[in-house]
Amino acid sequence: MMTENEVQVFIDGIKHYFMAVSDSKAEVGTPYLIDVKDSPVSDYMGVIEISGVRKGKVYVLAARAMLRHLLMSLGETYVTPELIVDIVGEVANTISGNVREQFGSQFVISVPTIKEGGVGVIKETEQAFSVPFRWKSYTGHLVVCLQ
Amino acid sequence: MIVDDSLAIRRKIERCAAVGRDVTLFTAVNGRDAIELFKTEMPDLVTMDLTMPELGGVECIKVLTNLNPGVHILVISALSDKATALTAIKNGAEGFLKKPFTDKSLDIALTELLDTEFHK
Repeated sequence: MMTENEVQVFIDGIKHYFMAVSDSKAEVGTPYLIDVKDSPVSDYMGVIEISGVRKGKVYVLAARAMLRHLLMSLGETYVTPELIVDIVGEVANTISGNVREQFGSQFVISVPTIKEGGVGVIKETEQAFSVPFRWKSYTGHLVVCLQ
Repeated sequence: MIVDDSLAIRRKIERCAAVGRDVTLFTAVNGRDAIELFKTEMPDLVTMDLTMPELGGVECIKVLTNLNPGVHILVISALSDKATALTAIKNGAEGFLKKPFTDKSLDIALTELLDTEFHK
């Protein structure tokens, strides 16, 4: 079971990430519990597996346009498909890694895996919270499934 | 030498490290590749990610510092808990920069380590 405070840690992580890598902050919407029917879907999904003191997954879903803009904020002038695939995993990795400050070093994260092409979250645990966020004109989702 | 499994991050570090410095840069995508490259190129300074496939950063730091105890290693990682930073330092890293980082914070961290090398 995730607590409200634990969900807040991920919300803070999204805000911190976009403030640090760009000149625009991300607006975070109200988190909601998802089920298989209303799982968010997007062009790309970065997935981090969680093990250790907690088990589950963290997903970051984003559209190609958002990732392209994010890469340009990082200084890229020519965005390749390889970079787009890479950056969605890096966002998931960074936000998941940062929460160890609160969850502790036994909150173990995997290297990211990437899925692309109209992908949605497969709910594997009882609780899966979706945190919608808006950065510039783009919408993304961070989904946390933790036992 | 830049060691990170993310292409976007390797490129960002490369761009930042090259500004105002006359340096030769090498990149590796995991700890295992880093060790092979280190043996041939013997870089003075290494930026090291921690969570990587094949061989992670902490294990890689141990090997690199055994090969050259004088190498300067800056860990650049999203793993922001104190225990992880301390483990990296204990195994031979000299600095820790948390992801996400800005160009300015990276420049400061690299300058500090390069100054250490210059004043040896």
